[in-house]
Amino acid sequence: MKDDRDDDHDARRDGWRAWLSQARFFAEEVYSARYRGAIARARRDEDDLFMLLVFSEMMGVPNPASYYTLELQPLLLERFHDWHKRMGMERSPLDHFRCC
Amino acid sequence: MSAIVLLVIGLGAMALGYFVYSKFIAEKIFRLDPDFRTPSYEYEDGVDYVPTNRFVLWGHHFTSVAGAAPIVGPAIAVIWGWLPAFLWVILGTIFFAGVHDAGAIWASVRNKARSIGALTGDVVGKRARSLFMVVIFLVLLMVNAVFAVVIAGLMMDFSSAVVPVWGAILVALIIGQLIYRRILSLPMVSLLGVIALYALIGLGPSVPLQMPDAVGGMSGNAVWILILFGYATIASLLPVWVLLQPRDYINGLQLFIGLIVLYGAIVLMNPTMVAPAFNENVPEGTPSLLPLLFVTIACGAISGFHGLVSSGTTSKQLDKETDVRFVGYFGAIGEGSLALAAILAATAGFASVADWESMYSAFGQGGVTAFVEGGAYIINHGLGLPEATAATLLTVMAALFAGTTMDTGLRLQRYIFQEWGAIYGLDWMKKGVPATLLAVGSCLLLAFGAGGADGSGGLIIWPLFGTTNQLLAGLTLLVITVMLVRLKRPMWYTLAPLCFLLVMTVAALITQLRGFYNDGNYFLLFLDIVVLIAAVFVSLECASTLKRHRRDVAQQQE
Repeated sequence: MKDDRDDDHDARRDGWRAWLSQARFFAEEVYSARYRGAIARARRDEDDLFMLLVFSEMMGVPNPASYYTLELQPLLLERFHDWHKRMGMERSPLDHFRCC
Repeated sequence: MSAIVLLVIGLGAMALGYFVYSKFIAEKIFRLDPDFRTPSYEYEDGVDYVPTNRFVLWGHHFTSVAGAAPIVGPAIAVIWGWLPAFLWVILGTIFFAGVHDAGAIWASVRNKARSIGALTGDVVGKRARSLFMVVIFLVLLMVNAVFAVVIAGLMMDFSSAVVPVWGAILVALIIGQLIYRRILSLPMVSLLGVIALYALIGLGPSVPLQMPDAVGGMSGNAVWILILFGYATIASLLPVWVLLQPRDYINGLQLFIGLIVLYGAIVLMNPTMVAPAFNENVPEGTPSLLPLLFVTIACGAISGFHGLVSSGTTSKQLDKETDVRFVGYFGAIGEGSLALAAILAATAGFASVADWESMYSAFGQGGVTAFVEGGAYIINHGLGLPEATAATLLTVMAALFAGTTMDTGLRLQRYIFQEWGAIYGLDWMKKGVPATLLAVGSCLLLAFGAGGADGSGGLIIWPLFGTTNQLLAGLTLLVITVMLVRLKRPMWYTLAPLCFLLVMTVAALITQLRGFYNDGNYFLLFLDIVVLIAAVFVSLECASTLKRHRRDVAQQQE
């Protein structure tokens, strides 16, 4: 008898939780859907600038932080191809840094 | 006559339009296909192209298209009595706006979700595309100038709303930070934001801030206009998540709350229509109803601005093609219901006909002030809220809508200047700040040039704004009609509204031309001529394109 009531209670709580998460999902969609593109583009511009900083030494631009940015290069390798394409360069701009 | 009867007739007719007419249009004319692969799947990138739940998308579409314009237009147009405005809003929503909005989404979805401007270039021709840019620029110019004048007027008339309106911007800034930095969850933030906003509205009447009538040789109104443009300049240069996004969200919540409060109060109070059905006793200088009614109410009956939203963001996020009917057509119905509420508030919310007539003492008078005062009267008698608080509530609603439209409009205008800079190789014009300053400068010129040094006559350009808006709608309808002709489907359901719009727009422009000439207002006379030339070109473009395509289709059949 007691178990039944607990089950009931659990079911109701789960139902509530599901409803709440649904509401949250809808609210977030409503908040973000319209500006998703604009914000993603702004973020991408920032990231592009960051890429330029990280790879600046290789392109002959002195960078006082190159000791640290060198460490970041392997981590950013995945984005390298998209980046140089977006910057209007068909191939990797760096002689000793091949990409595609 | 009871306002509830009118309310029921209006909403009933629009419901009928949705369940019967839009079904016919969707199934027989557009032939929406649930299996069509929409651009949101075809080009899904998680950024622009994202399949979105249709209720979410509807909420979006509706809150993007519904702003201050469906309040201001009807509230001005009731000067001819409530019946003409009522009929044009209801029939316009059913046969014009719904078809136009749904058609714009459909046309865009069937063409890789491209914007109506780009589609005009492809479907109609290059010349039409340039024309489109000019018309859009004129619309944006007028919308910014007019809305600055509207908000300035509200700030002068309702000093209790000054603190809540600017406080709401502060609330939006805080909300933006809380969400962007993931400090609090969105439902929590929404709740706190709404509480803060309504606390401000409650507080408003006890801390009125009245701008003096004259400040350093300028009228108070003019000072407000300058402050508003200063604010809009800064706001439009900020990243969208800082202010535009949270403010838009608050506006969306406000829109639904405002509509529920207004409709609820009308049902509970059951006011009688104080204003006459047809106003035989219009103030001197009021232009004739035909054709001016059809350009005074643009948003709320049909508005070209919706086509930009439909083909800009909505079409990229549409999940299934059959959702076009719900998102587009029902979005237009949402807007129609806002316009209906504005009509009822501006005609039933008065104690006597004399009160109403003193509000509408001249054409362009009354307007949104009548909406606020009438709405406050109804809310006060229906829900028991103090009249000052109710007036503050409605003022904040209208001012925030208009403010967001100014922000968006100025951004779009900046993009146009930047694009011109790119086309003509002017490097300085491609930068954000100079382009924004050019946009603001042109709007200020219009706001003050139209109405004299105090900027109070700026609402004279409202019908002119309507004409450009209708021209934009005409171009969108032309794109849809050409697509239908090419598909060998009936074209009269879009061609008839198109012809009607063009005839009314040209007639309104000519009527106004004479008015401006008689008044000696050469600035507006010039603007009117520019719009008239654009209108003539749009009409010629329509005739020649349709003739060409019909001939092509006929040749194919032989």
